[in-house]
Amino acid sequence: MSQTHEPDVQPFESVVIRFAGDSGDGMQITGNQFTHTAAVIGNDLATFPDYPSEIRAPAGTRPGVSGFQVRFSSSDIHTPGDQPDVLVAMNPAALVVNLKDLRAGGIVVVNTGQFTDADLKKAALERNPLLDGSLKGYRVLEIDINKRVAEALASTGLSAKEVQRCKNFYTLGLMYWLYSRPLDTTLKWLEEKFAKRPELAEANKLAMQAGYNAGDIHEFFHGRYEVLPCKSLPKGTYRNVMGNDATAMGLVAGAQLAGLQIFLGSYPITPASGILEALAGYKEHGVLTFQAEDEIAAICSALGASYAGCLGITTTSGPGMALKTEALGLAVGTELPLVIVNVQRGGPSTGLPTKTEQADLLQALFGRNGEAPIPVLAASSPADAFECAVEACRIAVQYMTPVILLTDGSIANGAEPWRVPELSELTPFPAKFLERAPEGGFLPFSRNERLARPWARPGTPALEHRIGGIERANLTGHISYEPENHELMCKLRAQKVQGVRDSIPTPEVFGDERGELLVLGWGSTFGAIRSAVEELRKQGRAVSALHLRHIWPLPNGLDEIFANFRAVLVPEMNLGQLVRLLRSEYTQHNFLSYTKVQGQPFRTSELTRKILAILEQ
Amino acid sequence: MATNTTLTKKDFKSDQDVRWCPGCGDYAILNCVQGVMAQLGVPRHQLCFVSGIGCSSRFPYYMNTYGFHTIHGRATAFATGIKAANPELSVWVVTGDGDGLSIGGNHMAHILRRNVDVKILLFNNEIYGLTKGQYSPTSPQGKKTKTSPMGSVDRPFDPVSFALGCGATFVARTIDTHQKHMEQVLLAAAAHKGCAFVEIYQNCVIFNDGAFETITEKTVREDHTVDLRPGEPLVFGKEHDKGIRIDSWEPRICAAGEAELWRADHPSPGAAFVMAQMDSHPELPRPIGIFRDVSVPTFDSGLHEQIRRARSARGPGSLEKLLHFGETWTVS
Ligand SMILES: Cc1ncc(C[n+]2csc(CCOP(=O)(O)OP(=O)(O)O)c2C)c(N)n1
Ligand code: SF4
Ligand SMILES: [Mg+2]
Repeated sequence: MSQTHEPDVQPFESVVIRFAGDSGDGMQITGNQFTHTAAVIGNDLATFPDYPSEIRAPAGTRPGVSGFQVRFSSSDIHTPGDQPDVLVAMNPAALVVNLKDLRAGGIVVVNTGQFTDADLKKAALERNPLLDGSLKGYRVLEIDINKRVAEALASTGLSAKEVQRCKNFYTLGLMYWLYSRPLDTTLKWLEEKFAKRPELAEANKLAMQAGYNAGDIHEFFHGRYEVLPCKSLPKGTYRNVMGNDATAMGLVAGAQLAGLQIFLGSYPITPASGILEALAGYKEHGVLTFQAEDEIAAICSALGASYAGCLGITTTSGPGMALKTEALGLAVGTELPLVIVNVQRGGPSTGLPTKTEQADLLQALFGRNGEAPIPVLAASSPADAFECAVEACRIAVQYMTPVILLTDGSIANGAEPWRVPELSELTPFPAKFLERAPEGGFLPFSRNERLARPWARPGTPALEHRIGGIERANLTGHISYEPENHELMCKLRAQKVQGVRDSIPTPEVFGDERGELLVLGWGSTFGAIRSAVEELRKQGRAVSALHLRHIWPLPNGLDEIFANFRAVLVPEMNLGQLVRLLRSEYTQHNFLSYTKVQGQPFRTSELTRKILAILEQ
Repeated sequence: MATNTTLTKKDFKSDQDVRWCPGCGDYAILNCVQGVMAQLGVPRHQLCFVSGIGCSSRFPYYMNTYGFHTIHGRATAFATGIKAANPELSVWVVTGDGDGLSIGGNHMAHILRRNVDVKILLFNNEIYGLTKGQYSPTSPQGKKTKTSPMGSVDRPFDPVSFALGCGATFVARTIDTHQKHMEQVLLAAAAHKGCAFVEIYQNCVIFNDGAFETITEKTVREDHTVDLRPGEPLVFGKEHDKGIRIDSWEPRICAAGEAELWRADHPSPGAAFVMAQMDSHPELPRPIGIFRDVSVPTFDSGLHEQIRRARSARGPGSLEKLLHFGETWTVS
């Protein structure tokens, strides 16, 4: 790290930058590069990419604006931040769409080269916001980035169009200068990315360097800032990780801990495709990936693979989950291990494909015909997706059951530092295949102490057996229409899933064990809840937080925890789904629901306001 | 796959009572398949029967092998996963005209184009049997059923043309009551390395009795069918005196001596399509036998080949390396 400590470098604990531009402006790349560098410096960080579902919405329009927010910090943080301190706006649309979020007194960097009358018109603006006083109260930095980049790259011989595509690296250079960041991580990335087009690598480097130098030369800013490495994170080796990648790695780790080969059946869908893409690249780990013709074939092939002795996995998002429903029931009935990942997005139907939501919880819990209980867990952050994926594999293999893992759009595409676990920290849970018929004959639907049935892999002599969707007789698994048998089997399957409870810990309360209000969350609301509760506890408020990783079965000990609080507040990015479950499972307690379904995560400030309102009632 | 024990037809009968209606064509197919299995020399534990839902799809329960009775229309998708996961297995799919071509038509198309090394037996009775007699995608236009009291307005699928259109590498047709023929076709399907699609005309005595009678009834069969035997001329008739010749892309009846020499391994499926079109010409015999049999690399071998290649290029995957991929830093 080439951090210089010049006297005019002012330290900050935490900074939020939002890069915003046209979908074609490369804002996601810019944001990711900035993030990467922050990670390598050792900042704690959190990101929130927010982009339209159209790949290239009409250029310059408001719906075409793509944003990437990154927060980097020298202390432990849990969210990408409520309000940007810096907004980089590459065109008028990006400016008007994002300005309302900027902190009062924050910095706006605008590319004036993209503020012609035509540009204003595309953004549906009648007046130029640079001239009409809209930017009062902000520190505005007007730079004709189009022109600067054209000058910097004049000697490259690239076409004007190619030159303009380097604009994002100019802004990246500028931000690197402002926050005293080294360029080397991005320089290396450019070399690898454009290995086959060295002239483009060179052009982007030049653009970035020009942006960096501009900070020095033109006194745009009143000095530079820095955000020191975060020392309060637990000891260990860290890397930056996005949620989908963490999920993919967790599945590979889980399969290895089970001693199984992965078969992934999947069909592309935003925001889940990244998991399929990542796993398709892990062939040397023996990962079999199958891009099926649809989500039904995806889950069916995966369940077939589980029957044949692989760890069957299928990954999808809401609409795809809906298509998998019937096969989920078969997985429950045939009692085979299967991991289903649902990267939730805004629904119903196509809904908000690129936005985040938590509205598939009740679907995961109950969305099947018949009595079809399935364990459900949810990841709280990009890094947590790793552990949750391992845990999903463990439950599937140890209990011979399908398991649903919920993540969401903000986890999938968000990034944060991840403490890479040592292999010795991961506890194996080897799958056991039946090798020969036990004395007295093979009973495919007999059960062990966990109520899990034996797994007999086709190809094993003397264990030939038939399974299927028609109700299976207890022990033999033969077709059975017996009324008592059906009831017994329904109860056994439910009991087995309930039994998972005994293998999971009671979650720990953050803050005091006793108090006025407990804020209970699941999934990606974790960060905002934790931040809000931390903040209010510093102010002496009697509020604590609890996070649920396992949603079905619910862990032991919750009743006792809830009893220590006057009320339990359940914030969710849906219209109140977990709270319904809690109200029916724990009838003694006072659950309050707080919901938001805007395709956007909770802000910490929204939660603190809500909590205070409750405490002051 | 080597023979290590001699198996008989009886070894393939499971302990479950067969519950099709008396006289159902499915019995004859089950009987023939069990006989063929005994001839394959594949041990029972290496065989896996996979089915969807329908009368036909009860089949796996009656086979003393591994078996998976799945959900309606999806057997081909399950079979793809099973074969990919466990390439040593000999995987057989049993499906119906509704299961395989209506609800499961999409998966059928894709397993065929991918050439997954799975054998597919489609029992075509031109009706939905299990749900008690509604018209199916192979029922002829005008067919009166419970759901088409004035006759079905749908145009039907021809399963053979469907399979050919999907790029299937082995396509054949046989008849439930023609045991000898079925046996030969099934043996050829088993010998085919790749996806084999076999349509079997199957009589549903209850809801569509006699659907194929005019073709399959023993006294007319030889005059009303022509057997496509690769390497042999397209001769038919009780007296073996008639033949089929392709003339300007049209099949025509000719003297036995002028009959076309049948080849199922043409690079183009054109001739097979011409044969398949004979279905719509009542004056022509119905083609049965092997329409197509070409050799193409299979999906499952390609999948595993990539794993081998990745491992030889990058070494066997190390979890440690995977987790530490990219730039890392330490907090101490
Ligand atoms: C999802 C679903 N839809 C509908 C059914 C009802 N169903 C069962 S079998 C069948 C049709 C079977 O026809 P076919 O595949 O021709 O088999 P056959 O009974 O004629 O052998 C239908 C519609 C079902 N089991 N599942
Ligand atoms: S309904 Fe038809 S197809 Fe089904 S068992 Fe009876 S005869 Fe066979
Ligand atoms: Mg049928």
